[in-house]
Amino acid sequence: MERWEDQGIVLSVRPHGENGAVLRVLSEHHGLCAGYVRGAQSSKMRGTLEPGNGLALVWQSRTEGQLGSFSVELIDNPGAVLLGDALRLGALQSACALCDAALPEQEGHPGLFHGLRALLTALDGPVWLQAYVIWEIALLKELGFALDLGRCAGGGRRDDLAYVSPKTGRAVSAEKGQAYQDRLLVLPQFLGGPASADEAADIDCGLKLSGYFLEHWAFAHHTRGLPEARLRFMNRMAQTLGSSRESLIVASG
Amino acid sequence: MNTDGPLEMLIRQLAALPGLGPRSARRAALYLLTRRKTQMQPLAQAIQQAAELVRECTACNNLDTADPCRICSDPRRDAGQICVVAQVSDLWAIERTGAFKGRYHVLGGLLSALDGMGPEQLRIPTLLVRVKEPAVREVILALSATVDGQSTAHYIADHLGPGSNAKITRLAHGVPVGGELDYLDDGTIITALRARNAA
Repeated sequence: MERWEDQGIVLSVRPHGENGAVLRVLSEHHGLCAGYVRGAQSSKMRGTLEPGNGLALVWQSRTEGQLGSFSVELIDNPGAVLLGDALRLGALQSACALCDAALPEQEGHPGLFHGLRALLTALDGPVWLQAYVIWEIALLKELGFALDLGRCAGGGRRDDLAYVSPKTGRAVSAEKGQAYQDRLLVLPQFLGGPASADEAADIDCGLKLSGYFLEHWAFAHHTRGLPEARLRFMNRMAQTLGSSRESLIVASG
Repeated sequence: MNTDGPLEMLIRQLAALPGLGPRSARRAALYLLTRRKTQMQPLAQAIQQAAELVRECTACNNLDTADPCRICSDPRRDAGQICVVAQVSDLWAIERTGAFKGRYHVLGGLLSALDGMGPEQLRIPTLLVRVKEPAVREVILALSATVDGQSTAHYIADHLGPGSNAKITRLAHGVPVGGELDYLDDGTIITALRARNAA
């Protein structure tokens, strides 16, 4: 009999049978894990298994390769305070869907677990959009696609970084990248790029930057591409940016 | 034992119902067979009648024998308020309270990428058409306080906004009646604090 205890974050829940569900969580020490939860569709349990919720987990299975079953207890539900805000809720869904789709099963990622936990808390704070972009870049690193945003790939000055090469994922200084700027991604201020007065545009650049590498590197070989929740979040962001830049800054501040 | 006989077929059909397994289906079948006149035949008739007569209302998607349903055709109900719910069971829950005198719109589910429910699968286009009617003053989004429920509410609110004069409201979130603070989760308490009213 295989058995472990851990804490985890709910990524997705798929109803199975009349009352149960297959729960997928990002656990602290065992990484992405799936297991059957009895009575998951009961009114008492449904609220416990919402995406983003922190759970105390007991997983057990007769053999290691089996699906196994979870006993769960709610620790916290950071998503509850985000229900009224479409953008923040979209970010929560996007982060959970990215982990669910990108991570391999049963491979420990304690750093990513704590990072996701910190992000879910930060989503209720003032600089949540920047935190979200930084988290996506950390996810890329955890998946083996680290970006090098600390120095210029072309040998330029470190204090002049302004672009990122879509080929190498390395930063490029304004001086060295000037001739190729139409082919480079913009490095936002909060990631070490040039000072920008337009906070919304800066966030837009950050999301495009991480989104590009998620799509072309991390999800390049996934048959279904980027998760639907990430695409929906980007669409909503684009709408918000398109309709009113001021409203976005108010939302982020 | 004949696996295709009428008794086995009855047990199989009963076992497929929610809440019933093979053992309880056998018990139910035996119960019905020992009360053919008083239970079994009336039940068969009721099922037959419901299958033939109950249909979806073309206006709100409620289930009724009439189309439009009794709620949509009742002149005493306020046509200016539309309460959007996910399922007919939610409509029944609100109707049980007797507190709402407007009309409904049943979506038929919630947006969920996992379950393959997109906007096309829900009855959102017909809602958008209904809301454009000049009589409609308010759309109440009575969807569950879950991530999927509120994502659906945000999606509808985004799409109802342009081209509509109706006010869009949603149900309050917070402490349930009879709920003790000590037993509530942190998220519910924070939400309730943020939505507090003047005493």
